[in-house]
Amino acid sequence: YLLCASGDFVKMYSVATEETLRVMGGHADLVTGIQLNPHNHMQLYSSSLDGSIKLWDFMDGIPIKTFTVGSKLLALYALASFEDSLFVVIPKSGERDTFQLVSVKLTKAAGQDLEAKELSVVLDGVDASPKRIAFGREGEYVASVKDINLQVYFFKQKQLNRFSVSAAKTKSGNNQFTCVACHPTEDCIATGHADGKIRLWRNFCHKKEYTFSTLHWHHDTVMDLAFSVEGTCLLSGGVESVLVLWRNESDCEKDFLPRLGSAIEYISMASDGALCCTLHTDNRITIINSNLTFAKSIQGLIKSANVKTGLVVDPRTKALVLNGEPGHLQFYSLQSDQQLFSLDIVQRQYIHQAGLNQTDLVKVAFSAQGQWLATVEEREEVTDPELQLKLWFYDEETQSFKLNTRINMPHEDHITDMCFRDMDELEDDSLILVTTGRDCVFKVWVMVEDTDPEAQQSVSWSCDFVGSYHNYQATNCCFSEDGSLLAVSFEETVTVWDSLTWDLKCTFCHPPGKIRNICFGRLMCSKYLIGATDHGFLCCWNLLSCALEWSAHLNVIVLQPDPLSEHIAAVSWLSKESSLFVFKPNEPRPIYIQRNLCREKIQLAAFVPRDEPETVGSEKYLWLRRSQLFFLTDTQELMTLSMKSLQERLTPSSKQLAVEESLPVTPFSLLLGKHRRQRSQENTDLGKMLVPNKCEQDSPAVKELLHTPAHVLPSASFLCPIFIDSLLISKENKSAEEVADEVEMESEKTEDDSDEERDVTEMEQEDASPVELLGEMTCKLSKSQEKELRKIRKMDYSWISAF
Amino acid sequence: MGEFEVHRVRFFGLVPAGVRCLAYQPRGGRLALARTDGAVEVYNFAANYFQEKVIPGHEARSVEALCWVTGDRLFGAGLGGEISEYDLSRLCVACSVDGGGGPIWSMAANSSGTQLAIGCEDGSVKLFQVVPGGIQFERNLDRRKGRILCLSWHPSDTHIAAGSIDILRVFDVRSGQTVQRVMVNYHVHKVKRECIVWSIAFLSSGTVVTSDSFGRVQFWDWERGTLLESHTVSTSSVLSLAVSEEEDSIVVGTSTGATYQFQLLPVKMGSLEKRWVRTKPFQHHTHDVRAVAHSSTALISGGLDAQLVIRPLMEKMQKKGYEAALRKFTFPHRRLVSCARKARLLLFQFSQHLELWRLGSTDETGKDGEVLPLCRMPEHLVQLKSKGPEHIYCSCVSPCGSWLAYSTASRFHLYRVRYEGDSISVKKVPKVPKLLLPAYQLQFSADSDHLFVASARGSVHVLQLLEPGGCKHLHSYRPTAECPEAVYLLAVSSDGHWLAAASGDWAIHIYNLKCFKHHCTVPTYDCAVTALAIHPITNNLVIAYSDQQLFEFSIPEKQYTAWSRTVQNQGLHKVWLERDSPITHITFNPKNPSHILLHDIYMFCVLDKSLPLPDNSALLMNQSTLKQLPETARQRQLHAFKICKKFQPLLFADLLDENCLVMVERPIMDFKTQLPLPIQQKKFGT
Repeated sequence: YLLCASGDFVKMYSVATEETLRVMGGHADLVTGIQLNPHNHMQLYSSSLDGSIKLWDFMDGIPIKTFTVGSKLLALYALASFEDSLFVVIPKSGERDTFQLVSVKLTKAAGQDLEAKELSVVLDGVDASPKRIAFGREGEYVASVKDINLQVYFFKQKQLNRFSVSAAKTKSGNNQFTCVACHPTEDCIATGHADGKIRLWRNFCHKKEYTFSTLHWHHDTVMDLAFSVEGTCLLSGGVESVLVLWRNESDCEKDFLPRLGSAIEYISMASDGALCCTLHTDNRITIINSNLTFAKSIQGLIKSANVKTGLVVDPRTKALVLNGEPGHLQFYSLQSDQQLFSLDIVQRQYIHQAGLNQTDLVKVAFSAQGQWLATVEEREEVTDPELQLKLWFYDEETQSFKLNTRINMPHEDHITDMCFRDMDELEDDSLILVTTGRDCVFKVWVMVEDTDPEAQQSVSWSCDFVGSYHNYQATNCCFSEDGSLLAVSFEETVTVWDSLTWDLKCTFCHPPGKIRNICFGRLMCSKYLIGATDHGFLCCWNLLSCALEWSAHLNVIVLQPDPLSEHIAAVSWLSKESSLFVFKPNEPRPIYIQRNLCREKIQLAAFVPRDEPETVGSEKYLWLRRSQLFFLTDTQELMTLSMKSLQERLTPSSKQLAVEESLPVTPFSLLLGKHRRQRSQENTDLGKMLVPNKCEQDSPAVKELLHTPAHVLPSASFLCPIFIDSLLISKENKSAEEVADEVEMESEKTEDDSDEERDVTEMEQEDASPVELLGEMTCKLSKSQEKELRKIRKMDYSWISAF
Repeated sequence: MGEFEVHRVRFFGLVPAGVRCLAYQPRGGRLALARTDGAVEVYNFAANYFQEKVIPGHEARSVEALCWVTGDRLFGAGLGGEISEYDLSRLCVACSVDGGGGPIWSMAANSSGTQLAIGCEDGSVKLFQVVPGGIQFERNLDRRKGRILCLSWHPSDTHIAAGSIDILRVFDVRSGQTVQRVMVNYHVHKVKRECIVWSIAFLSSGTVVTSDSFGRVQFWDWERGTLLESHTVSTSSVLSLAVSEEEDSIVVGTSTGATYQFQLLPVKMGSLEKRWVRTKPFQHHTHDVRAVAHSSTALISGGLDAQLVIRPLMEKMQKKGYEAALRKFTFPHRRLVSCARKARLLLFQFSQHLELWRLGSTDETGKDGEVLPLCRMPEHLVQLKSKGPEHIYCSCVSPCGSWLAYSTASRFHLYRVRYEGDSISVKKVPKVPKLLLPAYQLQFSADSDHLFVASARGSVHVLQLLEPGGCKHLHSYRPTAECPEAVYLLAVSSDGHWLAAASGDWAIHIYNLKCFKHHCTVPTYDCAVTALAIHPITNNLVIAYSDQQLFEFSIPEKQYTAWSRTVQNQGLHKVWLERDSPITHITFNPKNPSHILLHDIYMFCVLDKSLPLPDNSALLMNQSTLKQLPETARQRQLHAFKICKKFQPLLFADLLDENCLVMVERPIMDFKTQLPLPIQQKKFGT
């Protein structure tokens, strides 16, 4: 098993199947450290910023004990030689940004919740990062690094030695310490440095006659180090995304496992030495065999540096398509929270180097049936950008996209938008691609029969028409639903073109302000053209009368039409919060408003068609009947709005809820699929027999939940009203679920560390069902009350009984 | 600082020879160094690493191995097949014995200093007995095929380990038999490639350490013939190896220019199990490190890039500071350039030839820092090749430029140079007097009438130069007390009245030239003299010592001057004392009698005696800050040392006339390009 701290939870993965087996939740804040109990390998200690240490039986996923320490815990260490104490890093009281390593004496008293107040300081002035402290051979000493200093404290001798490297910042970078690891059997400390060097310290029990040797392969910061169990090998990883294996501490004997995808953040060795795993910055865990071959990877949505492509839905697989690894396009299945596949678009080796301009994928468009895929890649150059437009054809045989046409420099300047003519019923040869560029033109690309007999393919793409308008930069383009009209926005003006003759039909503008987004209405509303300007106006033009139908003052960031209905979603950004407005173009009043959607700026949104239309009880959520809306914020959290009825599923489990507080969180939080600050640790090889046993114990509901896609299930916070209900009217458990019109949203607190991580957070929108049972009070909970409720939920249930 | 017109000379094409081998003598603190051209140098660590003695090379006598025997006798052996003993006071080969086994690749002395072992091309190891005044062949050890590239005695003198190609052997000294053969390349490749054992060391524990051409440093148990440990340090050869006296540290040098230290460290705290661990890597060289040595406090390495690097070990040092600083020596600590001030000529001394150049000139003037265009380019007038295999000891050109002298180990040459318009004629002066050779230093008097020849046993000969091309021996000075060491520095006063001579025992004698007698001796100071000069007006002798101290001695009054006493009382600036390289030349500005012009490799300094000495809190190198200060503040900040570091590395600086300086530079990059290409290494990011 592989255990990993993720957000407020500890996740357990199966090494064999890559499945998430269990999620252990109960901490109120970020889990900062997990360690196997050195005296019982079925038990796990976890520490959290909420100031508590929990001891888990991770096979059953139940907490055994909770020790409250009181102050924030930033890292956790457990040692076999210290029978009843753990080591944690806590902030020094009274001083900011100084931390100390303390040992916590765990009281042996019975009971679940214990106080652990017996602290004794071991080391002062340590770093907050868990990578920067390591315990040596049999717990004889502890090594801590900070900036340019290495401290070694010997427990037996009670001796503290300090060493420092020269602070001089040479041209090869600075030599600050970044991580530390101790040899398991010898007196040897390995330290990683910001300039890519690894130093192996020996003889450090002498203040003066210490010595170190240097290993240098990494060209940039060494992110983490780990010794093999026998101590013969040292593993190191860094931003090069190469795992380096050093044998016998020799500079000449090293092996590499390259192309791991992205920078290595953590390295962890299994206790039997057979496996090791690396954790990457793009939200992925790689499991590696001891002979340095890739075994498995546990991955969800890959985090890329910058989602330039936007959220696009693949019509074929209904997968969300966006930037993945550099130069790749990832197809992310929302149903299974898995990456379906990754398409290499750029097809060039990615070289990690600061300041090097890489070719990156910037635009993606699918044709209506997903038959064709158009991609634009560009390399940022100061003088002239390097552009390529590629057209890919879906090959049924190989079930993947095949490159059909490559066009170098389709535009003189950056391509701003691109769209296919979505005409499902039309023949293939009427497929048209339009690109708009900052070089003030839009270009129409059509398929032509290939005349070259040597060519393997029958068709290729070429430019058919170039249009421009008053030498303004073209910013957006959009086809009407029937494909007869093309709208292209040129800075402040929207132009409408006939797609058959390429005549300019009419123009619209709404000065001042440049057009940010345009889209045509669908179905009933196809006579309307919607545009959003960067001066905060949303305008709707009637194409028949060529007049402004209505306009609204709204700072629209994202404008996204639902392909299956006439609804259009607009996300606005005002005073540090995003709001969602859903409207139909034919009426100026929104049908749905969701203010304060989240605190982060929402960058992108996409409607993903449902496989089958949902039955929707409320008029208010009718627009979500056929599609589901997903958002991506600028911290790369993926969110959705949903309005599911959860009754049937939750009925049994909600009973459990009432019984025990901490348990029910487990199945739900599992489904949240949170990939946040992760810290991989230990996996232990246990008998596989235990797994089926466990499953049988689970209630059927939990089982079902385990196999239900994450995005369709509610957040943990949804449990709150259910829980309240079950407390209030215990008889009517059944109806309790038909609760509350509750808009719950789980957005994580801002990260406290520099690691840019991402949450895949769910927003749950429950069904608004009749509320007779609970009365007005519960269902009309105001926003603030809801929040309050969430806060209190975990601590004070007596408050609820006041209802 | 006064303003000078500077001739920035960069046409001295000196290429220092690479370091071939090193031998450190722990008791005397002296390091013997042999260069690839056969020159042997002795550095005195006590005297601030001063290059105390130089024995110029010989074409037929390359040196492959050096060793000290019984503390003060230095032996060298080379591919010429001869073992030579060096006379360190006369700076020449005292005697040499043919090894009788072809070229000699290695030589080692036993710990008691009674026997020398040599390893020969024909695969034999021969033992020589060290006797007073020379060595005697004793016997051959068991001979096998394959040249013996390295040798090492067991500290108990009972066994010798020898490294050859693919093999290492251990001999029993008493019986002369091979008692162990170890195939070195056994583990390496399926394809058999030649594995050369470049260097070997026999530890008292019975461990044999070898370094080989596969980049490995291996530790063998000689009795069982088993490999104990193997460390691959490099992808190319490990050429040299040296063990500390305590046998807890080893330094190795590789052909990539890197040196590594190995240390014997306990595996666990408090446990007895110890292991050799490669610890510190150093990259001070650009070319092969052919020789390393291990002193008790420092790692010493010498490479084909002609650098000698002394890297003190921090943990052996009592305190951080000057003692713990890294030292690098590339250029000799003596003058190879002489200048004819009046004729504006420069004479460059190479190992086997001399070059005479005329300086260029300009008729333009410019502002400070401006480069003036030349109206006449510097001109290479003549190249004098020394005949025979011997290298040149010293050379000099007279101030008028019409006389030229040089000396090799066995011959002394004096030339008369005539200039007729653009043509030049060099005529050898016939019948030079037979002198005690070799000459270690030559000096012409200021009026070019006399030539002073420094010779062995502290003697100085005076030759009178006669027109149109002759000379006559006038007088020989000898110190009153018997002195075995040779004179290596001379200074003559410009009025032709005084002559100062410094000999190898660091005594400075002053002679009166008018009445041919010994005038006085400068009080002995326990450090090597690096430069001497007599002031043209006051006849004060200015002496620079290798510990960077400066003294001024008044010759007429036979005592140190008041200024010199002030300097000693106040002490010199800390930064000045911590400079690496010794002052190699002193000269004066006749226009400004209080000025003394000094230089070393890295700086040129005008010492103004009229200004106060800086104390340690002041900035020593304050020229650039002074420039920015207003006039009043500048006056307050002024101190005696005005230092210019613009010209580096500076081999020679002299004042041609009142406002004209000549600076001879040899940029490191210029001579690096003339060295053979180093091993190509892929460097990241290139």
